[in-house]
This record gives sequence, structure tokens and C-alpha cells, in this order.
Amino acid sequence: MEGFTALYIFMLAAFTGYEVISRVPVILHTPLMSGSNFIHGVVLIGGMVALGKADPDEPLQLLIGFIAVFLGAANAAGGYVVTERMLGMFKTGDRKQGGAQ
Amino acid sequence: MTYSGLVSAAYFAVAVVFILGLKAMSSPVTARRGIVWAGFAMIAATVVTFFIPNLQNIGLMVLAIVLGAGVAWWSGKTVKMTDMPQMVAIYNGMGGGAAAAIAAVELVKGVPHGPVTSTLLILGAIIGSVAFSGSCVAYAKLQGLMKKSITLPQQNTINFFLTLLTFGIGLTIGYADSPGGFEIFLFFVLALALGAVLVMPIGGADMPVVISLLNAFTGLAVGFKGFVLDNPALIVAGIIVGAAGLLLTQLMAKAMNRPLKNIIFAPITGDAAEGGAEVEGTMRELSALDAAALMRYGQKVIIVPGYGMAVAGAQHKVWEMAQLLEEGGVEVSFAIHPVAGRMPGHMNVLLAEAGVPYDKIYDLEEINADFGQADVALVIGANDVVNPVARTDKSSPIYGMPILNADMAQNVIVVKRGRGAGYSGIENALFYKDNCRMLYGSAQEAVAEVIGHVKALEA
Repeated sequence: MEGFTALYIFMLAAFTGYEVISRVPVILHTPLMSGSNFIHGVVLIGGMVALGKADPDEPLQLLIGFIAVFLGAANAAGGYVVTERMLGMFKTGDRKQGGAQ
Repeated sequence: MTYSGLVSAAYFAVAVVFILGLKAMSSPVTARRGIVWAGFAMIAATVVTFFIPNLQNIGLMVLAIVLGAGVAWWSGKTVKMTDMPQMVAIYNGMGGGAAAAIAAVELVKGVPHGPVTSTLLILGAIIGSVAFSGSCVAYAKLQGLMKKSITLPQQNTINFFLTLLTFGIGLTIGYADSPGGFEIFLFFVLALALGAVLVMPIGGADMPVVISLLNAFTGLAVGFKGFVLDNPALIVAGIIVGAAGLLLTQLMAKAMNRPLKNIIFAPITGDAAEGGAEVEGTMRELSALDAAALMRYGQKVIIVPGYGMAVAGAQHKVWEMAQLLEEGGVEVSFAIHPVAGRMPGHMNVLLAEAGVPYDKIYDLEEINADFGQADVALVIGANDVVNPVARTDKSSPIYGMPILNADMAQNVIVVKRGRGAGYSGIENALFYKDNCRMLYGSAQEAVAEVIGHVKALEA
């Protein structure tokens, strides 16, 4: 990718990430950490591309690619399950929980 | 590397949904929706990836996905809520490991890249490896597999030179046309060692911040891999998580009043905890009957739950007791320190699991002024977060940390298993105060006993 285009994407994504969670209440810190942990599980598709482009006659490449996909899939699936379990427990009360830092 | 238009369009949509999902996750009302959206986006991203032209090894790929997702799904469904922090740590480590493995594939293939891409490839490899081994150590510590904090002699010097050496070798192989297998192997061994060495000396109390930091690291590593693989979805998702993770880490570090650089370079260890003045006085015991009477005939009771309560699995009993007291006209609320449990918000999750509605749960800032009007502050399994030396004793390692002012209540009842010090090993001056009484026993049994007495008082 072109150097400066990449830099722009980097910058905009960084600001977006910062902005999106800047007003998160303390009670959601743990689920949110877990949720963002799930989102970087998208590394799975990077692993798929790496394995997909690996030389089928090179066992070492296949092995490492396999590990990449395995770990990426585990990150995504595990991250989803624990986040969903945590968030599923929040019951809405009548007082809105404030206290954003 | 080119993708068909369909795949590119799908990746774009996925990136947008990830951002919206993350946004939704930062409010309690929409949080559940947010993760479900992000989940669908993840499935979509995975499916369209199969449509990238000229992809090989499909069978192996499907096998790896099924195995990895299957194992993680099963373990995520069965893990106890108290063990959630280490579970997040291990899944995060896997993400970092995946990023490192992608770099390894690229290096082994020996395809030459431009200087910028090569640098990002190496950076991503190092950060991913550090996140992987660091998360494994964090997991081992929280799971109780590794009890002690290991500090090497000259820790900071070792860290410095190990980092330097790793980067040196990394850049050498990054710029080489076809790096040798041994160098690549050595590089990854060093990078993995670096992660382990960085996290090993850090004590359990600081672990939440470390996990959050490693989570941000993995995000960055994934983003860098996106640049290498020319995949914008990876870049956007990775960098957003990196930035959000860093912010979250700062918020947590602030809540604990432990600047990030102190956590990493000057961890609270057993030795450091010996600092601080000797605490004078004696702890006084109280019976479950007295505890029940104090609370039942009080107007206002504030419960301060800690990780000890969750480990004992006493949160259901505590909620049962709170409901019983409320039926008798006592005002009951829960006060949660930002780092109660093992991560900010962890205690809220544990209480939510027991059925406590979140309008009864208050943050430190919301409730600290109320302790003065409370008849009883009931401290269950919490320790450092109510230790008044954080306000008074400059030599104490936790000096300056915001604490819950439980000591300001008329009466303080501390439910505690034994006389030992807290998770960080620091003596608690609260236990020796005149208005404080100790109710010894496991949280589960002690609270059950109190419930019995409260019921007897009603009759």
C-alpha cells in the first residue's frame, strides 16, 4: 500500500478508536476489553490469506500458516463467547449507570 | 495481491460494522447488540475470504478454523465468571500469536518487501510475540499456576538489551533478501522471551492493566499485519483496537493511581510491599449474630465486595442477605472500586451474574461521600481498596491510590477468611481501627450465618 495512504488510514483509525470508547462507563471496562479483544480476532482472515498463499510443497510454511489460522480462529471464537456471556448478564435497572471517567 | 471487488466491498462493510459494534459496546443499553453485530461481521469476513482468487490449502484452512474455534468456543462457554480475566488474557495471546505466525510465514517464504513494509512486518512480529508470551505468563499468574513474581537481577538492564537485540536481529532479517532459517528461529525465540521477561515480575494486582496493554499490543500487531498483507479491514480493526486499548489501559492505570511506567519498570513485588509504616493495634472479632443485628437495625448499609467474595462464590448469598435487609427497610447499596475483582468492571459482571440490578451498584466517586452517613460498611473479601494508608502513609506502595472510604462509616464489618495480608501483601490499617470488627470465616458460610440470624430477628 502507498506509504502516505497507509499513514492516513493509520491516523484516522487511531483517532476513531480513541473517540469511540472515550466515554465508556467503568462497569463496561471488562466487557469492552473483551469485546475489543474479539475484534482483533479478525487477524484470522490474515492467517487465512497467509496459509492460502503458502507453498503446498513446503511443510514448514503450511505448519506455521496452520498455527496462524488456528490461533486466529480461537481468538475470534473465544473472544465472542466470553464477551457475549458477560454482556448477557447486564439487566437494565431504572437508574442509568453513569460515572464515565 | 488483489482481491475481487466483492471481497473488497465486503471487507469495507465489515470494518464499518466493527466500529459501530465497538461504539455500541460502550453503553450498557446497547452493549449486547454491539457484540452481536461484530460477531456477524466476523463471520462475513471469514466467509468472503474464501472467495479470494487463487487461494490454496483450503482443506487445511477449514480444519484449522474448526479446531481453533471449536476449542475456544467450548472453553469460553464453560469458564467460570471469576476466571474471566485470564480467559481474556489467553484469547488475546492467541491473537498475538496469530499475528506473529503470519509474520513468520512471510519471512520463511522470503518474498522481498519494501523498507516500510519490512519494518512493519518485523514490528508486528515482535509485538505479536510479546503479546503472546506475555499473555501466557499473565494467564499462568491469574490461574495460580505461577504463584511468585520473578524478578531477575538487573531486570531493567536485561529488558533493555533483550529489546535491543531482538530489534537488531529483526531488522537484519527483515531487510535480508532471503533470511536464514536459524536467524528467523532465533528472532522469534528472543521476541517470545522478551514478552515473558517483561510480564514475569509484575504482581497480580497490576495484572489487569497489563492484560489491557497486551490487548492493545495485539491490536497494533494485527494492524501492522494488515499493512503487510495489504488488507484494509485488518488495518482498521487492528489499529482501532490498539488505540482503544491504550485509552482503556490509561483509564485503568489512572483508577489505580499507578502510572504505566511504574507498573512496567517498578512493579509492586513482595519486597516493595514491605515498605510502609508498621500498623499498631489489635483486630477485634465480632459474632455473626452481632453483625446481623448491627445491619438489621441500621438505616443504611453499604456493601464493599471484593475478589475474595467472588472466589468464595458468595455473591448469591450476599444478594440474598441484601434483599432480606431491604425487606426490613434497610437501605442497601453496593460500592465498587474501579479495580475490584481483577479488572475494572469485573465485579459488576460478577454481581450481575448473581442478579443484583445495576442501579444498586455505585462507583467510587458516586458513593464515597455516603460512607459518612452509613451505619454499617460491610467489607467482603476486599482489602487493598479500603486500606486507609493509601490516604495517609507516604511510604506505602499504594499511597495515593483512590480508595473506598469504608473507614468513615459508623461501623465497619470485615468478612475475612484469616488474618493474612491482601493480594498485594500490604497490611491493612482499617482492620485495626476502633470502629472495625472482624467476622472470620469463608464469605459463603459467614454470610449464610448472618442470614440465619437476620431471619431469626424478624421472627
